[in-house]
Amino acid sequence: MLDKDAPKILEVKNLKQYFNVGRKDEVRAVDDITFNVHEGETFGLVGESGSGKTTTGRAISHLYEPTGGEIIFEGKDVSKLKTKKDEKEFRSDIQTIFQDPYASLNPRMKVKDIIAEGIDINNLAKDKADRDAQVEELLETVGLNKEHANRYPHEFSGGQRQRIGIARALAVKPKFIIADEPISALDVSIQAQVVNLLKDLQKKRKLTYLFIAHDLSMVKYISDRIGVMHYGRMLEIADADELYAHPLHDYTRSLLSAVPVPDPEFERQREIVDYDASVESDGKQRKLVEIAPNHYVRAADDEIQMYKDRLNS
Amino acid sequence: MENKENILEVRNLSINFKTYAGTVQAIRDISFDLKKGETLAIVGESGSGKSVTTRSIMGLNATNADVVDGSIEFDGQDILQLDEKELSKLRGSKIAEIFQDPMTSLDPTMKIGRQVAEPLMIHQGLSKEKAMAKALEMLKLVGITNAEERINDYPYQFSGGMRQRIVIAIALVNYPEILIADEPTTALDVTIQAKILELMKELQTKINTSIIFITHDLGVVAGMADRVAVMYAGKIVEYGTVDEIFYNPKHPYTWGLLGSMPTLDTNEDVLPSIPGTPPDLLDPPAGDAFAARNKYALKIDTIEQPPFFKVSDTHYAATWLLDDRAPKVTPPADIVKRQEHFNKTKQG
Ligand SMILES: Nc1ncnc2c1ncn2[C@@H]1O[C@H](COP(=O)(O)OP(=O)(O)OP(=O)(O)O)[C@@H](O)[C@H]1O
Ligand SMILES: Nc1ncnc2c1ncn2[C@@H]1O[C@H](COP(=O)(O)OP(=O)(O)OP(=O)(O)O)[C@@H](O)[C@H]1O
Ligand SMILES: [Mg+2]
Ligand SMILES: [Mg+2]
Repeated sequence: MLDKDAPKILEVKNLKQYFNVGRKDEVRAVDDITFNVHEGETFGLVGESGSGKTTTGRAISHLYEPTGGEIIFEGKDVSKLKTKKDEKEFRSDIQTIFQDPYASLNPRMKVKDIIAEGIDINNLAKDKADRDAQVEELLETVGLNKEHANRYPHEFSGGQRQRIGIARALAVKPKFIIADEPISALDVSIQAQVVNLLKDLQKKRKLTYLFIAHDLSMVKYISDRIGVMHYGRMLEIADADELYAHPLHDYTRSLLSAVPVPDPEFERQREIVDYDASVESDGKQRKLVEIAPNHYVRAADDEIQMYKDRLNS
Repeated sequence: MENKENILEVRNLSINFKTYAGTVQAIRDISFDLKKGETLAIVGESGSGKSVTTRSIMGLNATNADVVDGSIEFDGQDILQLDEKELSKLRGSKIAEIFQDPMTSLDPTMKIGRQVAEPLMIHQGLSKEKAMAKALEMLKLVGITNAEERINDYPYQFSGGMRQRIVIAIALVNYPEILIADEPTTALDVTIQAKILELMKELQTKINTSIIFITHDLGVVAGMADRVAVMYAGKIVEYGTVDEIFYNPKHPYTWGLLGSMPTLDTNEDVLPSIPGTPPDLLDPPAGDAFAARNKYALKIDTIEQPPFFKVSDTHYAATWLLDDRAPKVTPPADIVKRQEHFNKTKQG
């Protein structure tokens, strides 16, 4: 669990990530977001599809140059890494488990070579036997077995492929893992196993996670804090339990009202709270405001009182 | 529901895959019906054969697939006997699929408006203009904002969830008789998921489409399905109405599945999960394939495959626990709670 005094491992400051800048199809995928992640913490990121979660993750991995703002990892601005060595270190410190297990695995490579890619690039194996042993251990860690090492990705089901992606990410012993919908392709039992595994690895290896997902029950379960995104903006940040117990923003409330429940009776009576996004473009200036300790909501000056009242009602 | 006519009948389907390691017995003698206008959910462990089953309904078996046995009756013909030309006529018109992964069903080099319009031009012979107009309408229907401007964008310019909405637009544009939805909303946030599911239900009522819905999200199943089939290791192990499966499940695998689903109230340190790994389908075990992971397993489970036992006219489960000679076992506490809750609401 989160140590509140743990140092910040990641600081995202006023990050803007636009695409097609200056053209008529300009997309403000991420539009001025700020948040921190502490060492050993799991920060959950939820929100509308297309709200910029994946883009935020990719910006943190320095796959883009930010349109604006800064990303500070372990005190260093990732856009200003000076030496090749710093850059290489950063590349293995931050690993991503992808949303899409199909596109992210090279179909022509054997599973063992996919998993060992990072081991090879970073010379993490003493010899071939050591490499095989590491791959074997990783396969086991993610619930596959060593016979799978010599097979190709197309021979696996969606869920099995996702586990290969997790093994690959773990291979280079990262500090920070961006898990972009890492379990949405898995069946519930294996989801539970993988989440237990991620939690276990976190404890043992002091890993920090940015956990992006649509399954709010799972996000609540695994996260220490959660940020809610919509249209490239961060609308609310709070401790996981607090966010679910006292959602302040209308969008958060709408999201929570739509969580599917494995109970047919309940589903037949479900009522979804609609969210009217037009308020976000009413021209008011809004920023994240701390309504209660560690509970932030994006608000205009004249909305702060309303949110305080909401919290107490 | 029982009286509705079948639109699809799968009988004794068995599919193997030839691989370097040997023959994978992916589908092992499964039979099921799909009724007109219903939603049948298929749930089960990854690798249990859900996608292989539905792909064979689409006539999209992998090149190394070997259909060992069985038939798939649709429209008075056996899909397994059709040639590629006949199959491609079916696909995208009478039977459409939304795949698990949107990128495999979108052409990365084609503008999205065109991709939605194409099936209309091919299968209905609409002019390009008419098809584009209808495509635009469809894209709006699935919730693509600024659709007018975005029809000229390429797939990579959209987020995962938006791509999936485009795929759904393509699948539904021809009002198919059967829609196969393989994890169609996994990539979407829950509010958009709710909208898409609502949309699917609406279109289903409107055009009386039958839906085969594959998902790992049992919450979605609870909201969408009329009936549920549970798969394990290439077999169907239990099927019944949605209420029967959620409130009166009989197969220990179904118990494990329902038990591993966290809810917003879950607080345990470790999530419950089914121990062990699925069997190797290169060499499936004798008897009930779930036996090795099943703490309720009987001796006979490792020897003989259990037949389907009837629970009700609509509910069947393949577990020896239902045999008269089997000892009475109490299901896990959360399952008992489901049964009690249901009995209470049924009476109250
Ligand atoms: N390379 C790109 N060029 C243009 N637009 C892009 C590009 N990549 C992403 N976008 C746009 O940026 C926005 C944010 O996309 P992103 O993938 O970050 O969303 P997301 O929150 O991860 O969504 P999802 O939950 O659906 O995965 C979307 O409008 C998307 O279309
Ligand atoms: N082309 C292939 N060659 C060899 N084996 C295959 C092939 N396609 C699928 N399989 C195997 O068949 C079994 C069933 O796969 P399938 O994709 O149907 O699983 P699934 O139930 O859809 O799983 P998931 O929930 O993970 O998508 C798996 O063991 C898989 O490894
Ligand atoms: Mg994404
Ligand atoms: Mg599948």
